[in-house]
Amino acid sequence: MSVNRYGQVAIFLACAAGLQLAAAAAGKGFLLTQLTMSAYYTLVVVGMSLLMGYAGQISLGHAGFFAVGGYTSAVLTTLDLAPHRGMPLVGAAERLGLLLLRPDLYGGELLVVRPAVACALAIALALVLAVVVGIPVLKLKGHYLAMATLGVGTIVYSVALGTQWLGAADGIAAVPPFPLPLGASVSGRADGRILNYYVAVGMLGAAMLLALNLVQARVGRALRAIHGAEDAASAMGVDTARLKLGTFVLSAALAAVAGVFLTHFNGGIGPAEASVMRSVKYMAIVAVGGIGSLWGSLVMSLALTFLSLRGYFGVFDDVVFGAILVGIMLFAPQGLLALEPRRALAALRARRRRAREEPR
Amino acid sequence: MTPFLQVSGVSKRFGGVQAVSDVSFELRRGMIKAVIGPNGAGKTTLFNMVSGFSSPDRGTIAFDGHPIHGLPPHLVASHGISRTFQNIRLFEHLSALENVMVGRHLRSKAGFLAGMLDLRWARREAAGVRARALETLAFLGIEGLADAEATSLAYGQQRAVELARALASEPALLLLDEPAAGLNMRETRDLAGLITRIRDRGVTVLLVEHDMSLVMGICDEVLVLSYGEKIAEADPGAIQKDPQVVKVYLGEEEC
Repeated sequence: MSVNRYGQVAIFLACAAGLQLAAAAAGKGFLLTQLTMSAYYTLVVVGMSLLMGYAGQISLGHAGFFAVGGYTSAVLTTLDLAPHRGMPLVGAAERLGLLLLRPDLYGGELLVVRPAVACALAIALALVLAVVVGIPVLKLKGHYLAMATLGVGTIVYSVALGTQWLGAADGIAAVPPFPLPLGASVSGRADGRILNYYVAVGMLGAAMLLALNLVQARVGRALRAIHGAEDAASAMGVDTARLKLGTFVLSAALAAVAGVFLTHFNGGIGPAEASVMRSVKYMAIVAVGGIGSLWGSLVMSLALTFLSLRGYFGVFDDVVFGAILVGIMLFAPQGLLALEPRRALAALRARRRRAREEPR
Repeated sequence: MTPFLQVSGVSKRFGGVQAVSDVSFELRRGMIKAVIGPNGAGKTTLFNMVSGFSSPDRGTIAFDGHPIHGLPPHLVASHGISRTFQNIRLFEHLSALENVMVGRHLRSKAGFLAGMLDLRWARREAAGVRARALETLAFLGIEGLADAEATSLAYGQQRAVELARALASEPALLLLDEPAAGLNMRETRDLAGLITRIRDRGVTVLLVEHDMSLVMGICDEVLVLSYGEKIAEADPGAIQKDPQVVKVYLGEEEC
């Protein structure tokens, strides 16, 4: 019954492997593409689950952090710096080996930032943005964070949509693969489909393990305490603003990581990734998976995102997620998975306790 | 010797109500002191100012030589001041043991990174926190409740868990906000013995209380508030004979 968190992650990875083998056996390997994308989107959801379930904060701007990660990486790895070689910053970066020359689609050569460096800068930018937004907002109580992050999401979206060098409505295409050790790479090439699936699932498993560890540790306990009785937590010396900020920044970083790698996997990014509706989807998924249930969020995210990406919801995609959010809030505020199993579990425990007490 | 806790000329106003006006008192190390007074006398307001939950409009509060007035609660706590609440404030969905473990927040330091990476020292620290929390529960004789969900416990047990949580931080000063509220006579007597044992461990205790048997039995000094003002401060025997106190407070109680 009680498998520890390392065991849980191992089971998850085994299930993911089983899914891949089943898809291969059924001759439907192409499904792995959407599963891989789902895994990256689920990275965002894991962070959101920590933020909503454990820090008790709502963010409507995580698509913005995702886009900050994705766009930063896309711009830096596609923008030709050769004409700007004269600039001291570009010259210094080239001497430090942060840039590389790669062929473009038309036989020319581009001088661009190395993907690993671009990735680091993308995450750093998202972190800075999260801290700048979070510090003033998290000092306030209530749902101010939801409002402020909604603003951030809207700004990121507008900037992406209205900026020529960010590709405006078209977004950025021709983003190169992200090289991994041993000649592998994160890219959308069909021959790397299985590998990319495992890379994404592995990243998700790692993020999940970090999150599971965190909620069991001192910080997680303090976060759960804040959720239970904020004043009492602060009387015990818990710096509530700091822990909330930390969780917010962590979730923003996860969103940025997801943005970076999905952009390399897709070979591009568009403004839709930053839209507020995308943030609402993340929130709906956490709600349906269960506030405070990391595994519930993960499973729901993989399933719903996969169905959405495969187009099962058709033109009603946004409606489906909106309806899910409303329905969950009305009928199952603890999440869908918490609806029956948890009650059944509680009943089982009570029965066991009674059985234990009776012989006396 | 400078007093352990020095409250000087503290005032607090809420809108049109002067909740506390110009109250001064001192606490010496190792004593038990009670703040009593009728409802609305400003006891809890005074308590909240000492513990950082509200800041005084005027006046200063110094603890062990450091000014603490106006500091947020978590910084007041970091000076070694721990409190309980009049309306029990346990952490929902956490077991009694976990509640008490949160009480050791300041005595441990694993942060986000150590927690996420499940580092060995953080694990060892967590095991230590757990052991000390169990010890604290045992000190209060409630180690059997460790795994129960704290907010599902009986009222008196919840009070005990809250007290354990406050003690787990090994405070130098313990603030108890009406610890006997809702307890029956036997439980109140047990509580009196317990508070004395806590004091004997070297913890200074300041309590707000309605229950006279508790106050008169164990306190070294009693401070009486009425309408936000200090009307008396003396040992329990003298307080019981003070005509003004009898008029505003004990008189009402007796009839």
